[in-house]
Amino acid sequence: MRPVEIKKGIYWVGAVDWDIRTFHGNTYSTKRGTTYNSYLIIDDKVTLVDGVLASFAGEQIERIREIVPVEKIDYIIVNHIEPDHSGALPGLMKLCPKAKLFGTAKSKEGLSRMYGTDWGLQVVKTGEKLNIGKRNLTFIEAPMIHWPDSMFTYCAEEELLLPNDAFGQHYATSERFDDGTDQCALMDEAGKYYANILWPLGGMIARKIDEILKMNISIKMIAPSHGIIWRRDPMKIINSYISWTKNETKPKAVVIFETMWGSTEMMARKITEGLTDGGVEVKLFDITRSDRTEVNNQMLDARCFVFGSSTHDNGMLSTLAGFLEFLNGLKPKGRIGAAFGSCGWAGGAIPAIEQVLKEAGIELALPSISVKYVPDQDELKKCYEMGVELAKKITGKA
Amino acid sequence: MDKYRCTVCGYIYDPALGDPTASIAAGTPFDKLPATWVCPECGAPKEMFEKV
Ligand SMILES: [Fe+2]
Ligand SMILES: [Fe+2]
Repeated sequence: MRPVEIKKGIYWVGAVDWDIRTFHGNTYSTKRGTTYNSYLIIDDKVTLVDGVLASFAGEQIERIREIVPVEKIDYIIVNHIEPDHSGALPGLMKLCPKAKLFGTAKSKEGLSRMYGTDWGLQVVKTGEKLNIGKRNLTFIEAPMIHWPDSMFTYCAEEELLLPNDAFGQHYATSERFDDGTDQCALMDEAGKYYANILWPLGGMIARKIDEILKMNISIKMIAPSHGIIWRRDPMKIINSYISWTKNETKPKAVVIFETMWGSTEMMARKITEGLTDGGVEVKLFDITRSDRTEVNNQMLDARCFVFGSSTHDNGMLSTLAGFLEFLNGLKPKGRIGAAFGSCGWAGGAIPAIEQVLKEAGIELALPSISVKYVPDQDELKKCYEMGVELAKKITGKA
Repeated sequence: MDKYRCTVCGYIYDPALGDPTASIAAGTPFDKLPATWVCPECGAPKEMFEKV
């Protein structure tokens, strides 16, 4: 694939990773692959913004070479030091040792830790400008969106925002732009990215978006470091982010369970039936067989979380317990929760789930339902009614 | 003196230690930190801290 000119004199020189299926360890399932976007700006100073994963160094260099000899790079803007963007940097620096790096103070510190050198990176702060010829680049520090070193680069002359991971999606495509791709898949991946990487950082993101909107700058294109470039309607993704940072939800419930001998599963299905008949959208997941990345995605706009587990060793089952770690620090405002489960003798799963909900600041909407061994008809009816009652609370009819 | 935790990254501001990275002297209570002070680990502003 040839480099793609995204604006006159600005080229995408990144790489498409069609095959990646799990991202940073096993924390994120990338079913649709991803891309590492890198941008080359041809001006008096040849400037490269963002990088690629080490294994794609060759592809990046090949694309740069189609436009300009790699040695000609004058400036490299390091918006973020995570290996998916800095991995190819050591190799690149061997080819253009005179290139000058720009990044945040945390970026300088992090690069030294990761590569044993910071290549003399010059520290920049919010509002600082770098003239590269006809264009000026303005830096906007964006700590914890999503690492302390993160930074956005803005080019006023091009009305172009280069926000690195923010507004990105793990979505491998042959198309580079939002107007050339399936909108449903695009927004699904954008939401999934927010839910899995940015959700706990919503407070910082809301402030940063507010700060940028107050700067009154014109943004006609947003070119993130992963996935599709937003050019048809850049405000669409900004507004989605604003909605997600506000924890805006819809009448929707997510039922997540883990079962040993099927009793907790029977309960989960009855609760789901009740929710469905109560008129709300429901998703049901057996957490042991589900893709956690997708479950988090489905939770992002859900008003109600329902968790169920059999009791094992006086507590909840370990796959669910591991999944619920995710709620730690999430503080998903404006949500309601409920718990259910089965046990043989003394139950422990329900108090454990209730504790997680409490710590996450999720209000328990109804008393939890616990059954011994196998639910009987009355108990299954109670589960169904729990679903119906939850639906009323979700839709505000109770 | 109360300690404060950064709700974004978990860093704890301990007044007994201050914040040498920002030239904040040991013994400086949290409410005496300048409004421009940010979390030395992650850059979160003062408002995003909560009392431990
Ligand atoms: Fe990242
Ligand atoms: Fe990334």
